[in-house]
Amino acid sequence: MINVIWLGFIAIGIIVALVTGNAQVITDAALASADTAVELSIGLIGVMALWLGLMKIAEEAGMVRALGNALRPIMKFLFPEVPDDHPAMGAIVMNMAANIFGLGNAATPLGIKAMKELQKLNDEKDTATNPMCTFLAINTSSLTLIASSVVAYRAAAGSTNATEIIGATIIATIASTIAAIIAVKLLQKLPIFNKTEKEAVQKN
Amino acid sequence: MFVKFMETISVYAIPLIILIIPIYGFIKKVKVYEAFTEGAKEGFTTGVTIIPYLVAMLVAIGIFRASGALDILVSVVSPITNLFGMPAEVLPMALMRPLSGGGASGIMNDLFTTYGPDSLIGRMASVMNGSTETTFYVLAVYFGAVGIKKTRHAVPAGLIADVVGLLTAVFVTNLMFK
Repeated sequence: MINVIWLGFIAIGIIVALVTGNAQVITDAALASADTAVELSIGLIGVMALWLGLMKIAEEAGMVRALGNALRPIMKFLFPEVPDDHPAMGAIVMNMAANIFGLGNAATPLGIKAMKELQKLNDEKDTATNPMCTFLAINTSSLTLIASSVVAYRAAAGSTNATEIIGATIIATIASTIAAIIAVKLLQKLPIFNKTEKEAVQKN
Repeated sequence: MFVKFMETISVYAIPLIILIIPIYGFIKKVKVYEAFTEGAKEGFTTGVTIIPYLVAMLVAIGIFRASGALDILVSVVSPITNLFGMPAEVLPMALMRPLSGGGASGIMNDLFTTYGPDSLIGRMASVMNGSTETTFYVLAVYFGAVGIKKTRHAVPAGLIADVVGLLTAVFVTNLMFK
């Protein structure tokens, strides 16, 4: 899936550009995007170190585990494959809380921390597990209740009521998150997405 | 009221978390400074690990965006989205949203300039932008950080969520503001 999409972006993009005589913009875009990607990754290091450091303290103090336990019924439904008391649960709860309250800077490092914990439970290190896919889909569906950057853009553009979109945004956010959960839970049962896991079982 | 409450939380949450975690750890006899540096060590390697994944993703999306292929996609998809009550003007933003957060915000600001933030188009773009995430960026960063290459059903599930979120945004905006 990801291979087809990735190739699709590049192949369609370059073919369209060649047909329309835009070859130079492709070169510029490719080089500029590669630069941006490195800048973004390096830019994450500081904030990531901060949150991974705090999370280590929280973990050793038993806070991460307690957080996971606090929401156990929901977490058990969303991530049945993750054992009780596993630190992944606490990290996931913290990532979701940060997302809901719009703390984007904290949400990404906490989400990466959660992925690292989920990876410890993974037998096949290059293949996503069910809990990883569920966690990712929920994150890509957006959990943020107050879209503060959109409100700021609206205010800057001279809106008379910049916050009036919040109610509608919350409804759409909830709908997309529910759709994400239903979609992962159904798709993970499909044989085409299951194949690699079966192979892993056979190898063991 | 609710907005005020959420804004207050957003402002105070981080300082309080940075205060409470080390204090609680200290009470629990954790060597807080040592534990912090031990955890923070991973920050650098994680950032560097993400680089190849993000380069792959952003270069592909960058090429696609620059080529003008999105305009062609808009003309193909707009007859369908019109049926759902989505004006053709907001479609480019909807298609851009999962690919590039900055790109989508750029289109949204153009729509604000052309039609005004309080027009139906301006409101719809706002709701769409606020209720979805940059799916491919999240995928590259989160899976990249742990070296996941085979993404299984994560991408289709994420895209289904995007479509549902965008269409809900259209319906709700038409219902509330038309």
